Amino acid sequence: MHELLLLLFIFTLAAFLGFELISKVPSQLHTPLMSGSNAISGITIVGAIVAMLENPVGSIAFWVGFAAMVLAAINVVGGYIVTDRMLGMFKKKDKPAAKA
Amino acid sequence: MEAIINLAYIAAAILFIFGIKMLGKADTAKRGNLISAWGMGLAIVVTCINPDFGNKFLWIALAFIIGGGIGAFSAKKVAMTGMPEMVALFNGVGGLSSVLVGWAEYVRVFSAAHPDAPDLAAVSPEGTLTTADLAPHFSAFTMSVIFLAVFIGAVTFTGSIYAWGKLSGKLGGSAKTFPGQKAFNALLLLLTVGCGVLFPIFPDGQTGLLLLSLATLGSLLLGIFGVMPIGGGDMPVVISLLNSLSGLAAAAAGFVIVNNVLIVAGCLVGCSGLILTVIMCKAMNRTLTNVLFSGFGSTQSNQQVEGEMKPMTVDDAYYVLESARNVVFVPGYGMAVAQAQHVVKELAELLEENGAEVRFAIHPVAGRMPGHMNVLLAEADVPYEQLCEMDQVNPTMELVDVAIVIGANDVVNPAAADDPSSPIYGMPIINVHQARTVFALKRGKGAGFSGLVNTLFFRDNTRMIYGDAKATIAGLVSQFKDK
Repeated sequence: MHELLLLLFIFTLAAFLGFELISKVPSQLHTPLMSGSNAISGITIVGAIVAMLENPVGSIAFWVGFAAMVLAAINVVGGYIVTDRMLGMFKKKDKPAAKA
Repeated sequence: MEAIINLAYIAAAILFIFGIKMLGKADTAKRGNLISAWGMGLAIVVTCINPDFGNKFLWIALAFIIGGGIGAFSAKKVAMTGMPEMVALFNGVGGLSSVLVGWAEYVRVFSAAHPDAPDLAAVSPEGTLTTADLAPHFSAFTMSVIFLAVFIGAVTFTGSIYAWGKLSGKLGGSAKTFPGQKAFNALLLLLTVGCGVLFPIFPDGQTGLLLLSLATLGSLLLGIFGVMPIGGGDMPVVISLLNSLSGLAAAAAGFVIVNNVLIVAGCLVGCSGLILTVIMCKAMNRTLTNVLFSGFGSTQSNQQVEGEMKPMTVDDAYYVLESARNVVFVPGYGMAVAQAQHVVKELAELLEENGAEVRFAIHPVAGRMPGHMNVLLAEADVPYEQLCEMDQVNPTMELVDVAIVIGANDVVNPAAADDPSSPIYGMPIINVHQARTVFALKRGKGAGFSGLVNTLFFRDNTRMIYGDAKATIAGLVSQFKDK
């Protein structure tokens, strides 16, 4: 029971933190913020690894974990790369403007 | 060892927090993304510190390489115009992953409770153990959060896939409604949640298996039928809401495996997605409930408008533009569809050489995802200073000689400002109708996604230039170059 309460406590604090963290986002950053946070939601990959570690190779749970791992890895790797690409474009054009 | 792992999780959570915070500011965004990637890397590496890791290293690496390879390949290959679809797909796979994490834990507990059963199907309907024996395995809390992870994750998955279908035009972009749709969806939700309530009470045996399966199926259907009645123009809201849900699904998976880093990271994503959703709703002056449930855009309005649409040729448009001193581009989804951002940038440069002041007015919900137009124009190298938000442009609109509307519709419909009977009345718009001349680039004479007649097109100062936006702009560019 203690553990459950602690988890809920953490969840609640994180929720407040999340709302405070991003107050006013310029619209230019809406897409990168979305795809960047989308990559973070791939943290479920940790759950997939745990599922693979806790279950013997060949068991159903292991293979379900394997599939979860593949999907989460798409989310994580793809999400970070695509966000980086997008932000790279934003950066690129700041330089000539600074020179001018 | 346990302590080190947990300390590393705290460090990873801090990296995520800083990462998200920096993602919200222009000059730190790129670094913020990298920092959050380091957090992810740290979380993955310390999770692998486990006595069993040696035996399973190959399998874990294989799964990561397959998934990471697919992700990296598609992320590098995708065109900026395909970004909304890409984000929707990544969202979807993340959601499905949380579903599977929930299922894996259920199957693990199930197998532990039935060590003799060769497979799940062989378990008797009542289960082979008494309730007392089961108590430590099937804790009601774990079963409840498994349901939540499966529920939220599955809705995110099919919702995102359906949204992807709409965005890529495979399923038709408009809102789809059928009689009794709301009642149907409500019933579906009730049944799914009903299974979710019963599941922790009867988690074992075929009953438990059936309940969780039905809950999964119901959630998958809910995602589809939930997104179905939402029109293409409302996609920015849907995409950011699904983004928020994918975070909450990860947080629920964190409760399942009792892992703090999942809870914190998932919750942060849930919140940032929700904030974006609210921003998008405000930009349309609608509530989230209205966006999700009204079936907006499926009804055809029979509104009569006085006046007529006045077409104009590219040649005539050139002469007007040539003498213009103050030009504003208003891009919309049509620019993305026509992939016209590069020629638009070219035209903007030529206009500047010609001595005109050029700006781009971007409505918060223009396009199909939050910030869609900014991404496209950034790809075309349009200088940041030329991108203006709605509030900056509107007060100066009367000084604008020519406003060029490229495939935008509802976000420039004056009915939102002056027709209280219009469904979009009250939505903040870019007031292009106050400009001296408006060019509306449009493929045909049809209405916008909302099915509304755009009164802008009938105004005296509006000229319609029909045809593919890219071809039209390219025509103007070559006119400027020739003369």
